[in-house]
Amino acid sequence: MCLAVPAKIIDKKDQLAVVELSGVQREVSLMLLPEAEVGDFVLIHAGFAMQIIDQEEAEKTNELLKEMNSLA
Amino acid sequence: MEQGTIKMEHGSGGKLSKALMEEVILPAYGNPVLNEMHDGASVSTAGNKVAFTTDSYVVKPLFFAGGNIGKLAVCGTVNDLAMTGSVPRYLSVGMILEEGFSIADLRRIVETMCQTAKEAGVMIVTGDTKVVNKGAGDGIYINTAGIGDIIEGTHISPKRVQPGQDVILSGYIGDHATAIMAGRHELVLPTSIQSDCAPLNGLVKEMLIAVPQIAVLRDPTRGGVAATLNEIAEQSGTGILLEEDTIPVRPEVEAVCEILGFDPLYLANEGKLLAFVDPKYSSKLLEVMHSEKMPASSVK
Amino acid sequence: MPEAKQDTKKIASFLLQEIDRLITKPVRLMEVCGTHTVAIFRAGIRQVLPSQVELVSGPGCPVCVTADEYMDMAIAYAKRQDVIIATFGDMLKVPGSTSSLGEAKANGADIRIVYSPLESLEIAANHPDKKIIFLAVGFETTAPTAAATVLSADEKKLKNFFVLSAHKLVPPALKTLLADPEVKVDGFILPGHVCAITGEEPFQFLPEQYHMPAVVAGFEPLDILQTVYLLAKQIHDGKPNVENEYKRIVKKNGNPVARQMLAEVYEPVDAIWRGIGPIPNSGLRVKERYQAFDAEVALPIEVETTVKQTACRCGEVLRGLIKPTECRLFGKACLPEHPIGACMVSVEGSCAAWYKYGSGRYQYGTGNN
Repeated sequence: MCLAVPAKIIDKKDQLAVVELSGVQREVSLMLLPEAEVGDFVLIHAGFAMQIIDQEEAEKTNELLKEMNSLA
Repeated sequence: MEQGTIKMEHGSGGKLSKALMEEVILPAYGNPVLNEMHDGASVSTAGNKVAFTTDSYVVKPLFFAGGNIGKLAVCGTVNDLAMTGSVPRYLSVGMILEEGFSIADLRRIVETMCQTAKEAGVMIVTGDTKVVNKGAGDGIYINTAGIGDIIEGTHISPKRVQPGQDVILSGYIGDHATAIMAGRHELVLPTSIQSDCAPLNGLVKEMLIAVPQIAVLRDPTRGGVAATLNEIAEQSGTGILLEEDTIPVRPEVEAVCEILGFDPLYLANEGKLLAFVDPKYSSKLLEVMHSEKMPASSVK
Repeated sequence: MPEAKQDTKKIASFLLQEIDRLITKPVRLMEVCGTHTVAIFRAGIRQVLPSQVELVSGPGCPVCVTADEYMDMAIAYAKRQDVIIATFGDMLKVPGSTSSLGEAKANGADIRIVYSPLESLEIAANHPDKKIIFLAVGFETTAPTAAATVLSADEKKLKNFFVLSAHKLVPPALKTLLADPEVKVDGFILPGHVCAITGEEPFQFLPEQYHMPAVVAGFEPLDILQTVYLLAKQIHDGKPNVENEYKRIVKKNGNPVARQMLAEVYEPVDAIWRGIGPIPNSGLRVKERYQAFDAEVALPIEVETTVKQTACRCGEVLRGLIKPTECRLFGKACLPEHPIGACMVSVEGSCAAWYKYGSGRYQYGTGNN
């Protein structure tokens, strides 16, 4: 239920942004995160951007995603 | 099974579908051939061993990236025949059309069916068309049935699955379901994601000629790789250990799954197969299947 | 890449060593969030932790804690000819006292699954003759999205969009758990995405009032190991605190815009949690100003709830008192395709996660289900 994924903002018009994750795009609302800008990585949940992620951290997350799954 | 009414899950290919089979269908007309519960039946007519199968196609949207309901209807039945170890020969096509359905769309669907049948080397030899009132159907439903000649020397049966065999998967999983889902929940997919809908009979024939010892073949359609492997595990009384790392999933498919909370293992495929084989034949089989196909897991 | 994997393994084994060194007596750590429960299973964290560390699942699946009464009301609305229900997919199978939304759908109710509450506004615009009711479930993570949707509906002057709120707040539930003498917990793995909105402050009462270690956690395997390590350190040092392991997402102050929007639309109200009971100020109801969008106020409906007696022990599972496998219905009468308790419904429910990944279902090598 609290599943949220990181994605990159590639376009922004007022309170709407287009985010991209591995080539998949979706429009999300920026009502809860008006300060987000094109280029920002954001956490998306239920069609809304919830929080800005530091780009460096986002890449780390993605790397972790790939590398961690086989850990245990 | 509880009394009451049919739910969508009864058609999901999962546990409720199985319960419907076991508690309603099989008690009524179960017999040794049907009870094999394979993708198609192996029967003898006039001394010839033939494979026989049928499937109905209900899909929304009717047209999607990489195909349409007509392509699906031909590939699905051709593939079920192939998974039974046969060379598909003849198909029947039954169509249920809804009042108001566009004839131009019907033409597109029929032309695709013709083309796909040609590609798969099968002939559509009989058919039927019915029309129902507006509101009683989703534009068009298609049923196809088919027969094929069983390839000499092969014996495809889930009962031949043994501990120690390799499970070989023929490529990326989840593409079909993901292409179908495009547009739902406003996701926009890159053009790289297309339905994998394709006839597999050519590949299967090569595989079976190279390695007639293949124990079982199945195409992980409805319910995905997970449902298919569960089915085979149950039918053969084995357990199957998957190594997640070895199962190819495109990043785009992974992304859609993450966003919507799906598991790629449960997504439908329409042009992939799983083969169970003794490890000593694996490399030979993989050679036939070309280098991009990778072994996915091993049976324990 | 292999180098990164090597690093990961090194970090993981270092953390595990440290956890083993710091923990000298058995401890029970509660993961509050259902998304954590699933992440822990998927990564096999339980199998690699020292046996002294037990992870117990808490009340952190909003679908699971939604009460019968709410489901009965949702089903009653669904049966109305003039209503379209918009809901997250998880809600379809949740049992009410006599039926479920899935059954209502099978009997002809118009129920649409949405990924975002905003999709229900489109449904409302496309069906001006129908009343669209969004089943607003979720914790602090999800509630602001429903609040923003109400504000959008207000701006668009939509007259046929309503929410039926079952939102829940996490901190009051943790307070109730800690006040229960039966509940034995030595530290909390705090829900990262709830904290992304709330920030750290609402959880300060854990160390301050209850001397309880707490760490805000991310959802990757290393996040969880790091969190267990930080909790182990707090326990070992006897210095409980709210620490933040998930800094890439959780700012100290959370998301103030989202909180402000939440406060604009909703106010706290006493709420019933399935399996736990009523908890003061743990739910959210629509404020008077936006009551035109509150299904309960704008579209009042009579609902009869029959009290249901089952041997389901969801309540004890949600409080971390027992493992799902200790319930005698688990895996027998209660299955994901036929759930008796709600913990078996949602993929993030403790029972469903234990059933899918846990012991008791599939034993390697036996071939038995």
